[in-house]
Amino acid sequence: MDAIVELRGVARRFPGGGGLHPTTLSFKSGATTVLLGPSGCGKSTLLRLVNGLLRPDAGDALVFGTPVREDTAPALRRRMGYVIQDGGLFPHLTGFGNVALLPSWLGWDDARIRERATVLCDLARLPTNLLERYPQSLSGGQRQRVALVRALMTDPALLLLDEPLGALDPMVRAELQRDLREAFAALRKTVLLVTHDLGEASHFADEVVLLREGRVLQHGPLEALEQTPADPFVTRFLSAQKSLWGVGAA
Amino acid sequence: MKRLALTLAFTLTACHAGPVRVGSKNFTEGVLLGEVATQVCGAAGEHVEHRRQLGGTAVLWRALRAGSIDAYAEYTGTITAEIVRGADPADLPALRRALSAQGIAMTAPLGFENTFALGVPEGLAAARGLATITDLRAHPDLTLALSHEFIGRADGWPGLRSAYGLAPRDVRGMDHDLAYRALASGAAHVTDLYSTDAEIASNHLRALRDDRHYFPDYRAVILYRADLAARSPACARALDALAGRIDAPTMIAMNAAVRVSRRTESDVAAEFLSTRLRAGATAAEPSRIARIAARTWEHLAMVLSSLLAAIACAVPLGVFAARRPRVGSLVLGAAGVLQTIPSLALLVLLIPLLGIGVGPAVAALFLYSLLPVVQNTVTGLRGIAPSLRESAEALGLPPRAKLLRVELPLAMPSILAGVRTAAVISVGTATLGALVGAGGYGQPIMTGIRLDSTATILEGAVPAAVLALVTQAVFGWLERRLVPRGLRDG
Ligand SMILES: Nc1ncnc2c1ncn2[C@@H]1O[C@H](COP(=O)(O)OP(=O)(O)OP(=O)(O)O)[C@@H](O)[C@H]1O
Ligand SMILES: [Mg+2]
Repeated sequence: MDAIVELRGVARRFPGGGGLHPTTLSFKSGATTVLLGPSGCGKSTLLRLVNGLLRPDAGDALVFGTPVREDTAPALRRRMGYVIQDGGLFPHLTGFGNVALLPSWLGWDDARIRERATVLCDLARLPTNLLERYPQSLSGGQRQRVALVRALMTDPALLLLDEPLGALDPMVRAELQRDLREAFAALRKTVLLVTHDLGEASHFADEVVLLREGRVLQHGPLEALEQTPADPFVTRFLSAQKSLWGVGAA
Repeated sequence: MKRLALTLAFTLTACHAGPVRVGSKNFTEGVLLGEVATQVCGAAGEHVEHRRQLGGTAVLWRALRAGSIDAYAEYTGTITAEIVRGADPADLPALRRALSAQGIAMTAPLGFENTFALGVPEGLAAARGLATITDLRAHPDLTLALSHEFIGRADGWPGLRSAYGLAPRDVRGMDHDLAYRALASGAAHVTDLYSTDAEIASNHLRALRDDRHYFPDYRAVILYRADLAARSPACARALDALAGRIDAPTMIAMNAAVRVSRRTESDVAAEFLSTRLRAGATAAEPSRIARIAARTWEHLAMVLSSLLAAIACAVPLGVFAARRPRVGSLVLGAAGVLQTIPSLALLVLLIPLLGIGVGPAVAALFLYSLLPVVQNTVTGLRGIAPSLRESAEALGLPPRAKLLRVELPLAMPSILAGVRTAAVISVGTATLGALVGAGGYGQPIMTGIRLDSTATILEGAVPAAVLALVTQAVFGWLERRLVPRGLRDG
């Protein structure tokens, strides 16, 4: 079977510098791949190229075997969930309004939407009654759970998560990490998850893609990066992260 | 948009069918003559409407040419100065030929002359020894309060000044009726007036003699469309029959009956018809409540139809402008330019296109309402956080759903604020609609200024103020209804 997400020579330069050098990559289906690297290395750019929020200068991002282009993007996006750092919930809608937005536009009836939302709230460990609230009266962790439910409503096979836990305090973060991992495992989704935190990467990753200044330095299981680094920077990055982790834990 | 189109269509077709329409200029004598003309046509069995105090010569003449009105009272001197330029006002056959070339007929003179004169308070005139206009040359310290029309027209102040070599230090343009008040209070000393003005006697003024015979012949006539003779022969005959029936004392008495005795024009005209022409005419005056109700309806209809049309155009324009910044700045620029056109000028510009009445008023209010709504739509849409815009996009919502379910609701507070601004501006500006015969609260305000009647002014001003407050309240309520709860504080 083809990979669910594949990059073929995808490149994108920004006028002010930065972006992604021509990249060819194929992500393991049904697994969680963590995009790792220092700030500004192009992790978000890569995700945006996958869901078509950015157009490549060259090459093609293929999702479900289809190149992501202007005309194909809207339909493809309904098959991939996307969650960003602060959740991106619409403030004018309640949690339920957010969650129901796309399904109701697609013509689902209310009962079906509620049923699906209930199942996903269970999975995301979100009390369903919180869906009646507006985002402004939810905590950061609750908002991320609602955003996750929203992304999963149409049962996409692919999830793109751009630092979904970045804005949370460590306690909530650890809790949500555990819940998310269980949810991914239960759903067997293909997940691309961006983080610059090595602890989080080791928690989630089946595989890791390490980026630096718009280039992929290494792609493989985290152990492979530790044991057979493809570049001196890989070791430097990992050990810098570890010492940070160590200091934090001490 | 549909409402506007309907209004326009109505105005245009109304020009060519339906009742005979008499127009009148924006001063008492003009309204009285309009009322007389209306009532003689009515007495002749015709269905007639009187569109009162539409404005000055330019407005009335254009309305007559365009067919929005069928007749109005004019003066020969004005015709040669403003309409058939350069003709001799004394040569009536030549005038008649020139007018008929434009499809307009002219009655024989009605019998009185209303020429310009300069008036000075009697006491001041005695103290300074003023009897003729020439005498004014020795008193450049006197302040002149002149009507805008007199200052603007070639045969008015500019010609008079050079003919007499006058060089007063202070000349101000003022509403004609306000000028009398300025004279009474001593804030000004000289004003232009008409030789049949009731105020000459009631305000104890002395009309200075035109010793150089500068002012031309200003005999009153009625102009009517040549096609009226075919459409309503009875009416055309009745107008022609007014020739020679109104002499100067009669006209001054009628003016005084309105301005000094505070009787209505229709009442005074009806009395003239029954005593001088032996024609029966009725002048039913509606009660104050009925009048205010009718004005309220006219005012609201103008504001609402223009506002709805503006929303229907401006929100899509705003959406478009927000997406294409270059087109957007063009659109905003154009709407901004419209905003800078003074309302009076805009109304006059619209008359040749839309005739008189509700059409130009609604069109002007519509044009003024565009900018605030377009601008706030653009501001609201551009103000949406990029992360929210991306979320909507990434969700896979089609463009329409994205606009209707996410972008417009998020921009709603800003859009509503724009509509509220437009509505409040419209409620105020719509009072000017009375200048083009659209009615509304401006009608009693204008009549009140003309008649120096505070009660009549308040009959328009108080409801207008109340309507502005009600508008604010309605929008407060609308904001609670339409702005999603998640976007409000608390
Ligand atoms: N729309 C844009 N226009 C111009 N430059 C951009 C744009 N988006 C990203 N960049 C630049 O491209 C580079 C990569 O950005 P990207 O957002 O992918 O980084 P990142 O790896 O996600 O960083 P972080 O961990 O801080 O989120 C950065 O230098 C950034 O400034
Ligand atoms: Mg990023």
